[in-house]
Amino acid sequence: MLEIRNLTVRHGYLQAVSNVSLMVSAGETVAIIGANGAGKSTLLRSIIGLHRPSAGSILLDGRDITALPPHARVREGIALVPEGRRLFPSLSVEENLLVGRSSGRPGSWSVERVFQLFPWTGERRREPTVHLSGGELQAVAIGRALMANPRVLLLDELSLGLAPTMVRRIYGVLPELVAGGMAVLLVEQDVAQALRVADRFQCLLEGRTTLEGTPPDATPATIETAYFGPVGRGPGSAA
Amino acid sequence: MSWVNAVIQGILLGGLYALFACGLSILFGVIRVVNLAHGDFAVLAAYLALFVVTTTHLPALTSVVIVAPLFAVLGYAGQRLIIQKSLDVSPLTTLLVSFGLSVVIQNALLVFASADSHSFDVGGLISASLRITPELSIAYVSLLIFGTAVVVLIGLQLFLSRTAMGREIRAAADDQEAASIAGVDTHHVFGIAAAIAFASVALAGLALGTYSSFDPSAGPPRLIFAFEAVIIGGLGSLWGTLLGGIVLGVAQTIGAQIDPSGGVLAGHLVFLAVLVFRPQGLIRARLAT
Repeated sequence: MLEIRNLTVRHGYLQAVSNVSLMVSAGETVAIIGANGAGKSTLLRSIIGLHRPSAGSILLDGRDITALPPHARVREGIALVPEGRRLFPSLSVEENLLVGRSSGRPGSWSVERVFQLFPWTGERRREPTVHLSGGELQAVAIGRALMANPRVLLLDELSLGLAPTMVRRIYGVLPELVAGGMAVLLVEQDVAQALRVADRFQCLLEGRTTLEGTPPDATPATIETAYFGPVGRGPGSAA
Repeated sequence: MSWVNAVIQGILLGGLYALFACGLSILFGVIRVVNLAHGDFAVLAAYLALFVVTTTHLPALTSVVIVAPLFAVLGYAGQRLIIQKSLDVSPLTTLLVSFGLSVVIQNALLVFASADSHSFDVGGLISASLRITPELSIAYVSLLIFGTAVVVLIGLQLFLSRTAMGREIRAAADDQEAASIAGVDTHHVFGIAAAIAFASVALAGLALGTYSSFDPSAGPPRLIFAFEAVIIGGLGSLWGTLLGGIVLGVAQTIGAQIDPSGGVLAGHLVFLAVLVFRPQGLIRARLAT
């Protein structure tokens, strides 16, 4: 469904993502893991169109969407839950969700269905988002992305700043989403959490893929090497 | 009684200032653009109305149905073709571009319309007034302008809070990047916001030409008053622009009551006092909330 071919993204002189390729199929969950600054968030932001790649292409069902601006990619069926949630502070909870519908992409998601997906969030649709807890904010951010009726859902650091029980609750909704055929690509610093929910994983180190496989392949030793580079070579020499 | 009169005239004058200020407030609050050519666009709208009236012989105020939509189109196109491009370079560039536009408009008007001052011929309306007591009467023109400002602000408030486009404008004003990944075409949304701001500046220009006379250099002083109204009321707050306009208007008329030449100075002093003691403005609110 989503295919990334040899993607390279630069921030000025820094090459944040180097020649990365990956594929996510319908109903599949793929996790991108890696240390801080490995290029995980840049990769997701490039897929939604917030960064222009200097090389490579992004395909959705075989169609090249590399040149489309973000809102047009949302219309094609990609949605991102950004790092830090990025809700609109002057809008109510319900209005935040409704903005997610701006692309006009048809589908079955509605404000009611989002609240059904997160039954533990309070009935606070008229309240501004400042009154919400971290978990509730994250639920609204996921809800806003779902309101666009995406086929591919990109999740950036869902666990950041949340208590472990809340992290499990948030990730608990993924099976229901992928069961409906959605493709999920997630970025997560919490490796154990990522490997629990993913069908496949890909590890980035300084913008390059150092390891890919399925969670059973991931032993602590292979993950550590993929995370920090081979022993005896500093991360600097890997670039 | 003359003091009561001064206060009432000041409040009504505030309507004119609010009409100038609300477009400025939208451009700043949504697109983060400080439009230094705001007053000049109002004067341009007044000249355009004058042109429409002299060529079609329509009654002066009906020209609004031509000038306001034309300015809305001008605002949308200007945002997409000029402002957005300079925003992409840096926020400072927009300041320079709008300053340049201000100079261009003033000089173009000097060349094509001469330095003579004009005002609209609104017939008997200009001198008609509502007599409340023998010493206190209110000009219908002032009431009309104040009423227009209130209607414009109510309309904007409803548009921003009740419609999908209004919601998208507020979302993009909060966080442009987050709005774009939620599926909002932010450039289009900014274009619509600029169209609204320019339609309101056209109304302000017509109000200016009805209330007093105008010439090619009438823009910059109006821009100062609009800035003062926006800052007194609170940046980004729609009703703040009306409150700011009223405070400025009352300060000016009371100042003029104390000393006939002290009106403008009194307005500036109140503005400075607000900057010193309440720099966030009288109303601290976000767009349409």
